[in-house]
Amino acid sequence: MTAPFAWIRPEPHGIHVAPANCWIDPSQPVANALVTHGHADHARGGHGRTIATPETLAIMELRYQTREGGLPAHYGETLRLPGDVSATFVPAGHVLGSAQIVLEHAGERVVVTGDYKRMPDPTCPPFEPVACDVFVTEATFGLPVFCHPPIEQEIAKLLAARERYPERCVLVGAYALGKAQRVIVELRRAGHHDVIWLHGAMERMCRLYEELGVPLGDLRLVTDAKKEELRGAIVICPPSALNDRWSRRLPDPITAMASGWMRVRQRARQRNVELPLVISDHADWGELTATIEEVNPQESWITHGREEALLRWCQLHQRRARALALVGYEDEDD
Amino acid sequence: MERFAALVDGLVYTRSRNGKLELIADYLRTTPDPDRGWALSALTEGLSFPAVKGSTIRNLLMERVDPVLFALSRDFVGDTAETASLLWPKPAGAVMPPPTVSEAVEALSRMTRVSVMSELPRLLDRLDPSGRHALLKLATGAMRVGVSARLAKTAFAQAFGVAVEDVEEYWHALGPPYAELFAWAADGAEPPNTGEMPLFRPFMLAHPLEDAELDLADFVAEWKWDGIRVQLVHAGGETRLYSRTGDDISHSFPEIAEALSIPAVLDGELLVRGAHQGGEAGGAASFNALQQRLGRKTVSKKMLDEYPAFVRLYDVLILEGEDLRELPWTQRRARLEALMPRLPLERFDLSATVEVGSFAELAEIRSGARDESIEGLMLKRRDSPYVAGRRTGLWYKWKRDPLLVDCVLMYAQRGNGKRSSFYSDYTFGCWDGDPDEGADLLPVGKAYFGFTDEELKQIDRYVRNHTVNRFGPVRETDRSLVFEVAFDSVHESKRHKSGLAMRFPRIHRIRWDKPAHEADRIDALRALVRD
Ligand SMILES: [Zn+2]
Ligand SMILES: [Zn+2]
Repeated sequence: MTAPFAWIRPEPHGIHVAPANCWIDPSQPVANALVTHGHADHARGGHGRTIATPETLAIMELRYQTREGGLPAHYGETLRLPGDVSATFVPAGHVLGSAQIVLEHAGERVVVTGDYKRMPDPTCPPFEPVACDVFVTEATFGLPVFCHPPIEQEIAKLLAARERYPERCVLVGAYALGKAQRVIVELRRAGHHDVIWLHGAMERMCRLYEELGVPLGDLRLVTDAKKEELRGAIVICPPSALNDRWSRRLPDPITAMASGWMRVRQRARQRNVELPLVISDHADWGELTATIEEVNPQESWITHGREEALLRWCQLHQRRARALALVGYEDEDD
Repeated sequence: MERFAALVDGLVYTRSRNGKLELIADYLRTTPDPDRGWALSALTEGLSFPAVKGSTIRNLLMERVDPVLFALSRDFVGDTAETASLLWPKPAGAVMPPPTVSEAVEALSRMTRVSVMSELPRLLDRLDPSGRHALLKLATGAMRVGVSARLAKTAFAQAFGVAVEDVEEYWHALGPPYAELFAWAADGAEPPNTGEMPLFRPFMLAHPLEDAELDLADFVAEWKWDGIRVQLVHAGGETRLYSRTGDDISHSFPEIAEALSIPAVLDGELLVRGAHQGGEAGGAASFNALQQRLGRKTVSKKMLDEYPAFVRLYDVLILEGEDLRELPWTQRRARLEALMPRLPLERFDLSATVEVGSFAELAEIRSGARDESIEGLMLKRRDSPYVAGRRTGLWYKWKRDPLLVDCVLMYAQRGNGKRSSFYSDYTFGCWDGDPDEGADLLPVGKAYFGFTDEELKQIDRYVRNHTVNRFGPVRETDRSLVFEVAFDSVHESKRHKSGLAMRFPRIHRIRWDKPAHEADRIDALRALVRD
């Protein structure tokens, strides 16, 4: 092959590694898939063979009943794929099991991050920067307005609201995979050891996290609670349940949402959020740009989010970059 | 500034009116002077700092941030001040602690067009994003936190357990930062002396008459005129004409302001004389004629000749130093009648009472009234004092066309076809109780016709300037504009939260002059349900 990086190509339905006949995070069923993490826009069911970390495979099994064809790849382990391609899974710090996939072929190294963040997260190992030729990065929060504060500060806001209104409860909308468990663990670390009440849709994923070695403390289902028990309590639900009928059973809930979007007032107001908590599992603008500088690639490929601004930043810093038009990726409710 | 910033954010995120009232009241109780006074000014009329413009903020950012990144950010965030607060670069080196609100106000008022470029950054450097947002909102005079001046004054009244009408009255005598107002309400000092100032006094208002019949031995009937309710005040050698909202409209009607030279506070209806559009010659013209005179900064001689204004008097509140508001209506009426010969005939007349033998006769007269400028009847308790606001049992309004309600504009949506660039579809609501007691607006209907093209442009501009929130093609407004909505009938409906649905609602008139809290309540609309 003459053109650099011709062996790896962004196609509308994923990133295609031709010599190995496999796809990364494909949005359609394929024969061989490499999956970075369990979020729905990256992991789909129906592939012939799925290579992912054991945690991601467990998550996929829970969500898509994908039992067969899973091939576990442990962090740091290098897999030899056909066509003289090697793949190494490296922690991405995004959610439990999330990995960057480091691909090597013909002396060239490409890192596909999937989603990632650089801030500490007690539910998963931290992002490891890998120097590379092509860095395939997300750009969910790729605008300079996004700057995620330390999580301790946001958790303190949540606990202060609970303290201030002992007659009410705080209802926190949090993405069911990753965000919810991280919020729970951070609450425990901040000394909150009371029961945390869950919406039914959260239960199985929380249980899986515990099985995979992330203790979450005393969790119970809202359906099992008496209304009185919920006064002064913290309740966690998926963001979609924040404004629906379900929340009517709660005692005058304070509507909170844990999401990087909460940095922007309009976004919080659109969802009727009274207590915005800026907590994200994605890199903010500072992390995105600092990481590109750190891994110092010849080229950056930007997958999903606000590509335009990150492209502009690369241009201003004399860095070669291109935006990939992948389908099926969307803003996670994050 | 941090507490003020927390208040601003709290108001942004709190939906319920009660919640907003609590937040403001709590802030006013626990913040020292003069910070709370400046904050209150910012929330009500808005403070004005001519050196700081929207473009100032953009220019400051352009010196610090790549213009493309700024534009992309601005598009996403939807608000320049907020974008700037988020993008402002961290200052190098040590910074001073955040300024207090008064410190910021002082610094802002000293700034010039030139010095603002170096001095505003110095303030911004001392604040966190939320503080910067509050500062920029304060500096540009556009808080847009869904708080009307009335709501802020109601919160003030709640904070210190005083009457909101008293707050309104003293308000106009004082200026920011309202030290005397706080001294009176919070520390029990003497109320501010308002005798020698041409101040606005809150109007006495009427409840709609529902099914009840009233005893005419207790109540007097009077025509209700279709003009603009005004208050004319002469004190300390000055005359002012005030609208329902307490806005000074003297400049639009100089001939009226010139005509009163007796120290007095008079309540009446502003009308235009003439035979325009159905009015009787020499009598009052229709409301449309009056429209020609509204909202003008300067008035041409032609206007004055073609549309001469006069005031049809209803009541007298204060006369030559004597406060008559505690007296029964009959005594005030006698004083008003005695005053009439001393007023120029050309500019003043007396609203006649309607003398009838029975209530049935009154109903007949009401439905037979042909004069375009008659809106209906007023029924006033003969012994009623003049009290601010809407007190039950004293005054009733009995409109000629009962299928009219005053609603508040809540949402506006872009139209179709040639109207697609205008916000032309309106959702409006009525209060679900007393707005001063924390009631909320509930949507009662939608309308997209009934206004002229010129009015459409005006409403469109209003919507754009009063947007608090956007959802795709829909804008949520700050709930400050009143529409008089006409409709064919109203029915119970399970589909609406208000429990009511109107048939063929249309915008009958835009009540630029009417404050939102005086719009009708759901109950008034429910009383019109006929099944
Ligand atoms: Zn993800
Ligand atoms: Zn993603």
